[in-house]
Amino acid sequence: MENVLEEIYNNYLKSEGNVITILQDIERHFGYIPEEAVIWFSNKLDIPASRFYGIATFYSQFHLKPRGKNVITICRGTACHVKGSEKLINRLMIELDLKEGEDTTEDLSFTIERVNCVGACGISPVVIINGEVYGNVNIDKILREIKKLR
Amino acid sequence: MGKDIIIKVCNGTVGLAAGGEEVLKRFKELFSLYNLRGVFKDRCDIKRVGCRGFCSHDVLVDVVIDGQRTTYKHIKPDMVQRIVDEHILKGEPVTQWVDGIEYENFHKGQTKVVLKYCGEIDPESIDDYIDVGGYSAAKKAITEMTPEEIVEIVKASNLRGRGGAGFPTGIKWELGLKIRSDVKYVVCNGDEGDPGAFMDRSVMEGNPHSVIEGMIICAKATGARQGYIYVRAEYPLAVKRLQMAIDQCYEKGFLGDNIFGSGFTFDVKIFQGAGAFVCGEATALMRSIEGKRGMPTAKLWRSAEKGLWDKPTVLNNVETFANVPRIILKGPDWYRKLGTQRSGGTKVFSLTGRIKNSGLIEVPLGISLRDIIYVIGGGIEGGRSLKAVQTGGPSGGCIPAELIDIEVDYESLAQAGSIMGSGGMVVLDETSCMVDTAKYFLEFTQAESCGKCVPCRIGTKRMLEILQRITSGNGRDGDIELLEELGQYIRATSLCGLGMTAPNPVLSTLRYFRHEYEAHIYDKRCPAGVCRELITFKIDEGKCTGCGACKRSCPADAIRGVKKKPHKIENSLCIKCGTCYDVCKFKAVIKV
Repeated sequence: MENVLEEIYNNYLKSEGNVITILQDIERHFGYIPEEAVIWFSNKLDIPASRFYGIATFYSQFHLKPRGKNVITICRGTACHVKGSEKLINRLMIELDLKEGEDTTEDLSFTIERVNCVGACGISPVVIINGEVYGNVNIDKILREIKKLR
Repeated sequence: MGKDIIIKVCNGTVGLAAGGEEVLKRFKELFSLYNLRGVFKDRCDIKRVGCRGFCSHDVLVDVVIDGQRTTYKHIKPDMVQRIVDEHILKGEPVTQWVDGIEYENFHKGQTKVVLKYCGEIDPESIDDYIDVGGYSAAKKAITEMTPEEIVEIVKASNLRGRGGAGFPTGIKWELGLKIRSDVKYVVCNGDEGDPGAFMDRSVMEGNPHSVIEGMIICAKATGARQGYIYVRAEYPLAVKRLQMAIDQCYEKGFLGDNIFGSGFTFDVKIFQGAGAFVCGEATALMRSIEGKRGMPTAKLWRSAEKGLWDKPTVLNNVETFANVPRIILKGPDWYRKLGTQRSGGTKVFSLTGRIKNSGLIEVPLGISLRDIIYVIGGGIEGGRSLKAVQTGGPSGGCIPAELIDIEVDYESLAQAGSIMGSGGMVVLDETSCMVDTAKYFLEFTQAESCGKCVPCRIGTKRMLEILQRITSGNGRDGDIELLEELGQYIRATSLCGLGMTAPNPVLSTLRYFRHEYEAHIYDKRCPAGVCRELITFKIDEGKCTGCGACKRSCPADAIRGVKKKPHKIENSLCIKCGTCYDVCKFKAVIKV
């Protein structure tokens, strides 16, 4: 971890970054914001850890807990909502055995993520599985993809 | 350039999702397999292009032979072979795949200024942009014009901020020019957060150079040396293409020191947002670039006076900047005349929801909503009837079907209780519940409230609770009045635009669809059959063929029955997910 943080630090110096860009780099490397990373930077830059957490909890891009190996992002934009994205989420929660308020399966294999709008309204409802965009989806199509990942 | 065969494959976000990358690859493979480049020499070209607008027909492919354009729809990689064999080699278009009258109607009635080259040129190539006159406006502005002249032209064009508020762009630039400061900034707002809106994404992905060129002209007009483009994290392709465009500009000397040999210096950097709707608000966006929590600050000064790091900052939306080069080249009169007296030019809208032709459109301001929905949009999906059009996203409102002849411009929409907003236009039909729609938007603003001021943080929460109560069948007498009262207070006392406009979706649906609220509260009934707690699913025994599709797909094992006999739903087990309703081919599942 030390090496990665060192690299992020150098990048921060080089690109005249700020707390947000540091956190973005940490998130990119680890998939979430580990506490150790925050403390390391807090000491290095003499910025209180609370500033890092203030920002990490403000923006939805940052996660404080590890996320699943596979990330299923469901768009909740207006067009997707009108075409039933809420139903998709409810069904997926049942399939992955997730309770209200949970987003990651216990074995860390899947994370369900809701996103406000990915701007692909022409093919709503839209689901993104590990970065790949699927348009005009229905529950069968998603379940098929999930099966492949299991 | 006199190329005789040009293939254009849509590679916008939607085009890529539909397989645009593979289609493009297949064309390239076949071209080299048949050695077409050898046959046609440099007279053929295969291009990736940005969003064509007609996303519901993606992947769209243009085959242009000697200037004759044929557009194909829904192209998959395995269809490419036939197009090459029949159309390119023999000159006979594959008529069954050609996008005909719908494509024509979709584009008829549109006037493309911002989107003119979107979907026509390769967004990853600066030479393509230069070929269609790109950067000649920037060159003209920097080498031939004074800042005052540029400001005058923009003022005369009547261009207004396309981010939603509609502030006259020329006046903003004039403020930026007049204020004295050693450091000034130009910021492009690409934090397109409204759900159901993708205009700026398409422009950033489809013609990123037009945005940068607009920023260069603005820098010259105001004397700024540094520019930032704030792009939201959810748009990775836009970030990639903008970065490519910026790098290409530095190579060509359009950015950096001594631009066009004039001694003028301007640098542009991308700042990626981290996911917060409120950062679309100018002051919050600037705090975010500074590396802080994106919380709005009281507007004691205009950004043009004190903005980023307390320095004068001219902040405009992506679409606003993309308009500027064309205004400089074609003159302010041309642009102004495209629109109405009070709002010049055109506006890009993303037309989505229950509409046949959903996609990206650009229309002159002042066009009637009817023309947008029925001519360009092709009417409502599945032959149902229009109920309302939601404009302006979570800050906007619903325009009911009876106001369909309204002129679309800033003032008329405001009068109808909605706003122009950044250009999201979501079409709702009789299967959409207006209370649910209002709840949806309030859930959104509630979750995105930054928490700084009380009216927005707590007021929207209380409004949402009332709406949740109503949609779950526990609405009380007096709830409607309470919603109205709260809405008025939040509107009057919130700190920033997000809070001030948050009650709009509720207030506008209350204005036009009060009866739906009343049905939920007094009759415990959802007329559109959307609110889960207010409906039960039943199987019509007369229509059920006993195929068992519903039973197999039910996640709660709530359906009983044997093959070829009518099935039944156990209401005590049913979780009302609606899967059976969707899978039944015989319309035997009904909502009561």
